[in-house]
Amino acid sequence: MKPAPFRYADPRSLDEALDVLSAEAGAKVLAGGQSLLPLLAMRLAAPSTLVDLNRVPGLDAVEATGDGVRVGALVRHAHLLRDTAAARVQPLLARATANVAHPAIRNRGTTVGSIAHADPSGEMTSVLALTDGSVTVATPGGRETVGWRDLFVGPLETSLSGPSVVVDAFFPALAERSGTAFAEISRRKGDYAVCGAGVVVTLDGDRRVAAVRASYISVGLVPEVHDLTEAVAGKPVDGADWAAAGALARTLVDPDGDIHASADYRRLLVGVLTERTLAEAAAEALERTAA
Amino acid sequence: MTTSVDRPQTDAERTVSVTVNGVPREATVPVRRVLSDLLRDDLGLTGTHVGCAHGVCGSCTVMVDGDPVRSCLVLAVQVQGASVTTVEGLAREDERGGQVLHPVQEAFRECHALQCGYCTPGFLVTIAAGLEARDAAEEISEEEVDELVGGNLCRCTGYANIKKAVRHAAATMRDGQ
Repeated sequence: MKPAPFRYADPRSLDEALDVLSAEAGAKVLAGGQSLLPLLAMRLAAPSTLVDLNRVPGLDAVEATGDGVRVGALVRHAHLLRDTAAARVQPLLARATANVAHPAIRNRGTTVGSIAHADPSGEMTSVLALTDGSVTVATPGGRETVGWRDLFVGPLETSLSGPSVVVDAFFPALAERSGTAFAEISRRKGDYAVCGAGVVVTLDGDRRVAAVRASYISVGLVPEVHDLTEAVAGKPVDGADWAAAGALARTLVDPDGDIHASADYRRLLVGVLTERTLAEAAAEALERTAA
Repeated sequence: MTTSVDRPQTDAERTVSVTVNGVPREATVPVRRVLSDLLRDDLGLTGTHVGCAHGVCGSCTVMVDGDPVRSCLVLAVQVQGASVTTVEGLAREDERGGQVLHPVQEAFRECHALQCGYCTPGFLVTIAAGLEARDAAEEISEEEVDELVGGNLCRCTGYANIKKAVRHAAATMRDGQ
């Protein structure tokens, strides 16, 4: 189908964008459009006006510092994937982004847009949660920082209301003696994952497991972070029982079944992916500890 | 809320100026027009095929400023001032004014990489952009081939020959032919 009729504005400044959003209650922000345009084409959404951010200057930078990586609202997935400085500070970014759809979609779709879209099967919502990240929201009254826990309300639903634009997302840096991994299972590479997992393993000074955290995609209604530390706490990293952590993860998640996979199958995948990614992340943590 | 005297500008219709395959073109369209429909219906370039119309199949892939994108997921008004390359723009003119197929097009013919042909324009543009963006001197790996064509669907399921054509085109481009 074709989108229902709407009006269009391509403002040259953020203030102008907020003016249009304030004047038109049914207006929606357009960035990369790779999730929004399918919704319009299927007529699952019919905004009165689209406010296209693409001609607003200053929103297309990736800033990697010792504290973390700040990603502007117009940064395409392909740009973030190529950014080696960002990958050094927070390796989960490139690892997860490589799993976002296909190259042609990544050339257009934005990382911040996919977070604002709040799809529980999106990779970057889960990475924002796992890294304990936040977004900066611009409103006519000024700017505020919103942490991931306060942002995600439900599938395709955030806590933002009224005229507002998410101008960037901030992903804190990976801690010392830590490693990460990300993996997903999908019917066709690049399709929505049936299940996906991102994990962070942190070691202590004696190369024993100090902390294990995981976040899953296509599991649950909003991104969640699960602490799996108790299954492997204090174990030497090369002798840790990652399967035990996978078994614990299976008891913590509450996936739904749908046409693609039953709830039980998703729970099984949570266990398998947890075990697999933890072994990978632990190896990286060891490498970063030795260095 | 007080009465707004200075309501910001929004449009229902726009005139779009865009360079398509090196030629400046212009069309006045409703703002909901997607790029694939601009190319086919307003500019008469029917080489770009529309399959699913929501970004899944890859048939409508074109290059915008050199990068492959789904033309069904870009609004026509968003390519104002940009340069678009469609399947019609892949072949080059030779010195006698004839047309020389792109190495990827040649490879598709050589390897019998099309059956019904519906998905072919999307594959050709995707593969041409991908091969042009990589270092031609490096041998292409199986993973690279899979990644390159993984976002496009062929419902004749002719993937084996399509992948063969990618390797063939990569070899041609490596040899500088």
